[in-house]
Amino acid sequence: MSEFLQHLINMLVLGGTYALLGIGLTLIFGIMNVVNFTHGVLYTFGAYIMFIVVQQLGLNFFLALPVAVVAGWLLGAVIELTLLRPLRGSDIDTTMLVMIGAWIAMQSATLWIWGGVAKSVATPFPDAPLVLGPVSVSWLRLFVLAAAALLIVVTYLLINRTKLGCAMRATFQDQDTASLMGVNVDLIYTSTFAIGSSLAAAAGALLGPVYVIFPQMGDLAAVKAFAIVILGGLGNITGAVIGGFILALAEELGAGYISSGYRDAMGFLIIIAVLIFKPTGLFARSERVG
Amino acid sequence: MMRTSRIMPAIALAAVLLGGGAKAQTIKIGVNEPLTGAFAASGTYVVNGAKIAADEINAKGGILGKKIELVIEDNKSNPTEAAAVAEKLITSDKVPVLMGAWGSSLTLAVMPKLIEYETPMVVETSSSSKITTTGNPFIFRISPPSSVEAAAFKGIVDKLALKKVDFLVINNDWGRGTAEDFSKMMKEKGIGIGLVETMDQGAQDMSAQLSKIKSSDSETVIVTTAVDQLTLIFKQAAALGLKKRIITTGGSQNPDQIIAQAGAAANGTMHLTTFLPWFPEKTPNPEATNYFVSEWKKRGFDFAGCTESFRGYDGIRTAAAAIEKAGKAEPAAIKAALWDIDVKGLNGDIVFRKSGPAGKESGQSQPNVYLIEISDGKVDMKTL
Repeated sequence: MSEFLQHLINMLVLGGTYALLGIGLTLIFGIMNVVNFTHGVLYTFGAYIMFIVVQQLGLNFFLALPVAVVAGWLLGAVIELTLLRPLRGSDIDTTMLVMIGAWIAMQSATLWIWGGVAKSVATPFPDAPLVLGPVSVSWLRLFVLAAAALLIVVTYLLINRTKLGCAMRATFQDQDTASLMGVNVDLIYTSTFAIGSSLAAAAGALLGPVYVIFPQMGDLAAVKAFAIVILGGLGNITGAVIGGFILALAEELGAGYISSGYRDAMGFLIIIAVLIFKPTGLFARSERVG
Repeated sequence: MMRTSRIMPAIALAAVLLGGGAKAQTIKIGVNEPLTGAFAASGTYVVNGAKIAADEINAKGGILGKKIELVIEDNKSNPTEAAAVAEKLITSDKVPVLMGAWGSSLTLAVMPKLIEYETPMVVETSSSSKITTTGNPFIFRISPPSSVEAAAFKGIVDKLALKKVDFLVINNDWGRGTAEDFSKMMKEKGIGIGLVETMDQGAQDMSAQLSKIKSSDSETVIVTTAVDQLTLIFKQAAALGLKKRIITTGGSQNPDQIIAQAGAAANGTMHLTTFLPWFPEKTPNPEATNYFVSEWKKRGFDFAGCTESFRGYDGIRTAAAAIEKAGKAEPAAIKAALWDIDVKGLNGDIVFRKSGPAGKESGQSQPNVYLIEISDGKVDMKTL
């Protein structure tokens, strides 16, 4: 029983960060319809910003987090303005190839600047975990979970309760009508991509200190993000959050009770099942956006 | 201006030709190591150790009157890449001998290429027993196979009063081979074997496996993987409140790095290593150890890397000694000469003995294995 409780706690902590990865990508892949291969690199980028600010500049850990979010936002805006804007209206394959190119170029640049050896970031949290009866969890991971939850709520409110969010949804439903209603479509494209990117950077900035930071760290993260988005239904923020927790649950229980060797396969078995039986995702709305 | 620009291509061409000519004056040794991916830290240390050996040899005038040149390639911690890198080094760079490829799965992937191109390789790190038992006469290993580690560890199991152990190993030839060899030895000793958990080489979250181990009835966990994953395991085990005795194998732990990154979580852990940079006087060749450690520090490298980098240093010295003995930089001659060398390695004298099926034996030297314990953030040696 105590083992099961520990697995559930692990799942909550892991699921929070998976959800964060998922909502960033569902904005870009689900709503904007861009197969965004740079999502993993932006995750890595956020982690390296943490490393630079905390380890190299010696500044405060909590200050570094917003810096990483803003840096991710800016990099996302630059990618949209330089690569995606000229390609708007071209077919999905062209955009996808360009994004693959951007992914490889950015990953190689990271490798060139920082080398392949993993870095770690010191955190202000105590080494001793929080012990609650039979289960224990590190303070750092609790903080990560809280920060992820906050970012998820903020994003949800931004999309569903603000004028910008309304304009975003309108733009990707029908660009021409939105434009006629006075929405600055160019601005919306850039903002959406930048917000999605800043969420990826935030996930990297939060998880980098939990694990270690290296140039390829974003690859597995990106694959999982795509899995979560497909699981939750394209463009569905609530779906991405639930999808993140389902993936974490499958990995934890799969590794705990079936076989740890196939831990990363568990999530994908679920994806295959979802694609076979409910291809629009578990939580797809009856009408699809885009 | 016109004249200069016309002359430029000619100069460039001459430079290329002369440059090419200059290169023929060196003897190349191919280095196939993971410089990116899951084993980047370890592979980079090995390469830095290799460079110390090359510089030392070249400072003394090189071998056969020529300088040695390391051709270093990154195998990306990926077996497919490791085989491709070996092929590139042999066919395009024309190296007569290789050193590599750090991980057992990487080395196993390279092995068919060695047979195909009849080129010998000094194996500096890999510990899967399979490497020297499958009948590949181009393999010369200076690191201990996991069966030798297990045999060395046998002497201390009574003192540690082991009753039942779990395993947490990297899911490749190295980890699974270690779990097999250690289980076999422990069963002979009447020690119970509990869980055998695995983790992907790139996995960063081992909480699920550790939670499972936390709830088992074993008192000890044997962990086998490289340093980056190990530090994560120590942190995550501490966060889960795992109180079992942790013993690591494989010699790629960089104990000082674990102390630095895992802090208090490292105390009480034990590690099977293959080099003792902390106690040069206890190593088989103290003079060589002192030289290597001081040179390593002089270059500004992290002391923690010594336990890994010495492999590269010994590997290159082994290859160089064989080239010298062969009298020419040709694969067949070097392969034959490897059987006759005696190098003062940092972890014992490197002399190859035959291992594997008759007629196509691999070479295996007999390196030492040590057990160290971390207590109060310091490294202590245990007698095996």
